Formats: sequence, structure tokens, C-alpha cells
Amino acid sequence: MRRIWGVAAWFCGILFFLPVAWMVLTSLHSESDAATNPPSLAAPLTFDGYAEFFDAGAWPPLINSFSASIGSTIIVLLLAIPAAYALSIKPVEKWTDVLFFFLSTKMMPVVAALLPIYLIAQFAGMLDNISFLTLLYCSMNLPIAVWLMRSFLSEVPREILEAASIDGAGLITILRRIVAPVAMPGIAATALICFIFSWNELLFARVLTGVVAGTAPVYLTGFVTSQGLFLAKVCAAAVVVSLPVLIAGFAAQDKLVQGLSLGAVK
Amino acid sequence: MAVLDSISTGKRSVADRPPPVPRKRYPKWATRAPLLPALIFLIIVTQLPFVATLVISFMKWNSLDPAGRGFAGIDNYVNVFTDPDLRSSVVNTIVLTASVVLISLLLGLGLALLLDKKFAGRGFVRTMLIAPFLVVPVASALIWKHVLYNPEYGLFNGVLNWLGFDAQPDWISTMPMTAVVASLVWQWTPFMMLILLAGLQSKPVEPVEAARIDGASPFQVFRYLTFPHLRQYLELGGLLGSIYIVQNFDAVFTITSGGLGTANLPYMIYQTFYQAHEYGEASAAGVIVVAGSIVIATFALRVVSSLFKEAK
Repeated sequence: MRRIWGVAAWFCGILFFLPVAWMVLTSLHSESDAATNPPSLAAPLTFDGYAEFFDAGAWPPLINSFSASIGSTIIVLLLAIPAAYALSIKPVEKWTDVLFFFLSTKMMPVVAALLPIYLIAQFAGMLDNISFLTLLYCSMNLPIAVWLMRSFLSEVPREILEAASIDGAGLITILRRIVAPVAMPGIAATALICFIFSWNELLFARVLTGVVAGTAPVYLTGFVTSQGLFLAKVCAAAVVVSLPVLIAGFAAQDKLVQGLSLGAVK
Repeated sequence: MAVLDSISTGKRSVADRPPPVPRKRYPKWATRAPLLPALIFLIIVTQLPFVATLVISFMKWNSLDPAGRGFAGIDNYVNVFTDPDLRSSVVNTIVLTASVVLISLLLGLGLALLLDKKFAGRGFVRTMLIAPFLVVPVASALIWKHVLYNPEYGLFNGVLNWLGFDAQPDWISTMPMTAVVASLVWQWTPFMMLILLAGLQSKPVEPVEAARIDGASPFQVFRYLTFPHLRQYLELGGLLGSIYIVQNFDAVFTITSGGLGTANLPYMIYQTFYQAHEYGEASAAGVIVVAGSIVIATFALRVVSSLFKEAK
């Protein structure tokens, strides 16, 4: 009986992984081998698709994506960690209300704010500017980061905190010696999850950026209406653009559920 | 905003508990100070644009006709509700969200139940199953559109060819909505699976063992023990999934470009504002989306707050 479950699980796993595997394999084929019917499984491998993708100006969008994602993640952490501290270790009164206010902003569809944000960007001369996009990604990820950091910080044992402050330990000592060791893995997971969300974002990037500040997902939309022999190139592009997310996602695997459910599920 | 009112139902249950570790040494402002930068930033960036949307939704405003700008009353709302395209986009949004959420919840439940068993290579299978969720959404949509669905050299028709079938359907033209739903189900099933798996693994073991000893069948164990425990995780997965998928833009934009009767509300708003430059109507549609979301959000916040209370 146990064996049947194992086989079924493996079968489903492979089935779900198949499009990813096929994407990687196609990215390593030549354009003519990529577009055959029936598919050519054993065609010779080549990096031509990748070479063509990078030659076609893929670097600027990738760099834009990195600066928006890393920049917004750093700002989010700088804002979220103190806020989470004030919601868990030294809670303000009505801290649950504040926490649920943060969450409620995440539940509003961003598309409803698209137009006014576009108008503000236009008015401030910030269209096609990566800094503006970075700020937007901060607001997109801040609620998630606050919830996550709060759930991680609340794992810091209360008794030790109290004992330390009775023994006369200062704020800095408490933060460094007691809070930081417990919170570090949580901070890392929060950072990775914020990075993934910023990296994946398309709608705002598509509307607010153009040739200068276009991000990697915007660059990918260039393939939407492509025709002819381009499958290897589009697969190479998809692999390269997804790689940072795959790495970040697997690195955060243990905390991924907690992050995606905003800390509601441990 | 209205969201604030809607969460009050959820927050009361948690607010009953006394705040942990009351500290009296610090003045109030000192405890509040660390919170303020985040709070102020979030209010400015997320709440003010909604107010602006609300204001613009009552204005006559096409950016190609700046002189014609003025007060429109409820005209934009009337237009939104009478425009057949916008009305069908409401239907599409509901169909898309409901089918993706339900199908991926069911598949995710099946996979979570499988992964909850012990078998060789479980960690590896789990990793393979998470992968679809970690492909950038636009990239995933592009792969489905060009590499899997393409009628001439796509993988699906290639496999049909291999298996000896003559049929070579044009998947996207013949079943556009199904095509979009399938690609999103592929992306979201891992998400549901992860949440449900976390639920299964937090399930207490003793009652299940006791039930087995008392002669309960595996189905009875699932029906009376596992399922009730999983219910709140199913709700959470369904609600979070709905929140994310209601807003989906990438798949519709990439796979069908909103054509063939698949345009959902986010795509419609994008088009009304970005291509048709009808600012007033786009805002009115935006307000309607917000109103719809508040309904989902209220339930979602309630579920989160019950889990939150339990975790304490």
C-alpha cells in the first residue's frame, strides 16, 4: 500500500515538474530543433538561445529588476523590523488593530490604485524611473514583511527578555544578544520572500516604466506576440529570469508557507 | 477606508486578550516611535491613491481630451455597468478566480495527502512540486502560450502526435478560458499544497491512532478527523488564492492578450486607462473591484484572525 502512494506521488511530482524540465531542455536546443513536431528530445545541446538572449539587450532589464527588488527589500526590512518590534516585543496598545490594518492594505487590489499612482508619477516626472517603482514595491511588501517579522519576533522568549532587563541589560545589548540570534533566520526568509514578490511584479512595471527602467518581466512581455523561430530564446529568457526566484524560493523553502500565508500558518 | 470597518469584525476576537508584557518604564511615544515610519509610509502610498481613485471615478476625464475634464456624477458607474465588455469582464473575473481556486485547492489537497505519507524521495518530490510556483508568472504564461499550447510545434500537440492521435487542436483559440485556467492551476496548486501540507502536519496524531484502534476506516478518519482540522487551512488557502487570482494580470495579458472573451477586470482596467485613456471609467471600475474585494477580504481577515488567535 505504502509503495502505491510513493509511486503516485512521484508520478504527480514529475507531471508538475515536466513543463519546467521541458522549458530548460528547449532553452538548450537550437531554434530549429526546438520547433519540431513531434518534439526532438535527443537533439544536440547548445547555449545559442542564451547567447542570443543576452546579446539582445537583456542586461539592462535584469539590472533594473535587481536594483528594484534588492532596493525595496532593504527599505522594507528597515521599516518592518522596528514596526514588528513595536507589535511583538514591546507592543503598543491596540497592536492587533495595527497589525490587521497592515494586512487589510495587502488585500486591496493594486489595479484600483494604478491610475492615481500613474498620475502622481507623471506629475512628479518619475515615469520610467526605477526609484519610483522601488518605492511602490516597498508598499506592496511592507505588510507582508511586518506580519512575517512579527511572527518571527514573537518567538523570542519573553522570560529571557525580562530577565535580561532586570539584570540591567541595555536596549542595544538585548537586541544584539537575545533578539538578533532568534530573528536572523526570520529576517533572511522575509527578505527572500519580499525579493520574490518584487521580482515577479508585472502590472506596475509595465505601466510605469519604458525603455530606461523596464524590468525583466516587462522585457519578457516582448515575446508575447512573437512569431517564427524563437522558442529556444524565449525558454532561455524564462529560465534566466526565473533563476533568481527559484534560488530564493528554495533557500526560503521552510519558511515559504509562513511567508505566503502572511505568517498565519507555521 | 471601508476596509478598516470590515476588519473590525476580525480584530475584536483577538483584542480581548491582554497585551503581552506591559512595560511602564517607557513613555507612550517611545513605544510607538518604531511603528510610525512603516505606518505613515503605508498610509501615504496605499490609502491616498484609493481616495484619488474614488474622486476620479466621479469625473469626466479622458487624457486625450483634457479640455473636456469635469464632474460626471455617476455617469462612469452607469457606463461601467452598461458596457457589455466591462460586464463580461466581471463575469470572467469570477469564472477565472473560482475555477482556478477550486481546482488548485482540490489538486493541492490530493498532493498534500500524498506528501503526508512516508515514501522514498519525499523531499525531492516536494521540491519538484514547488517548482511551478517559483517560475516568474510572465515567464510561465509565455511557456504555456508558446511552448506548450502552440498548435504547430507545442509540446501538447507533440505528445498527441507521439501517441498516434491525428488531432492537433489549436488550444488557445478553441478553449481560451480553459487555457488560461490550466496555466494558473499549474502555478497555484503548489501554493495550496504547501498550506494544506502545513495543516496536515500540524494535526495531532493521538486522536487518529485512537480512532484506528477503535476500528475507524481510513475514509472515516479523513471525514471526521482530518477534514475538520483541515477546514480552516482550506479556507485560508481558498481566500488567499482568491485575493491573488482576482488581481491576476500576467496570465490574461500574456496568453490571450485579453482577447477571445477572457479579459478580466484588472486587464480591462489596464486597457481602459492605458490604451483608451478613459481615466474616469477606469477609476469607476477600480472602485467596483475594491468593493468586491472587501467582501473577500472580510472573510479572509476573519479566518486569519482565528488562526492568529489559535497560534497564541
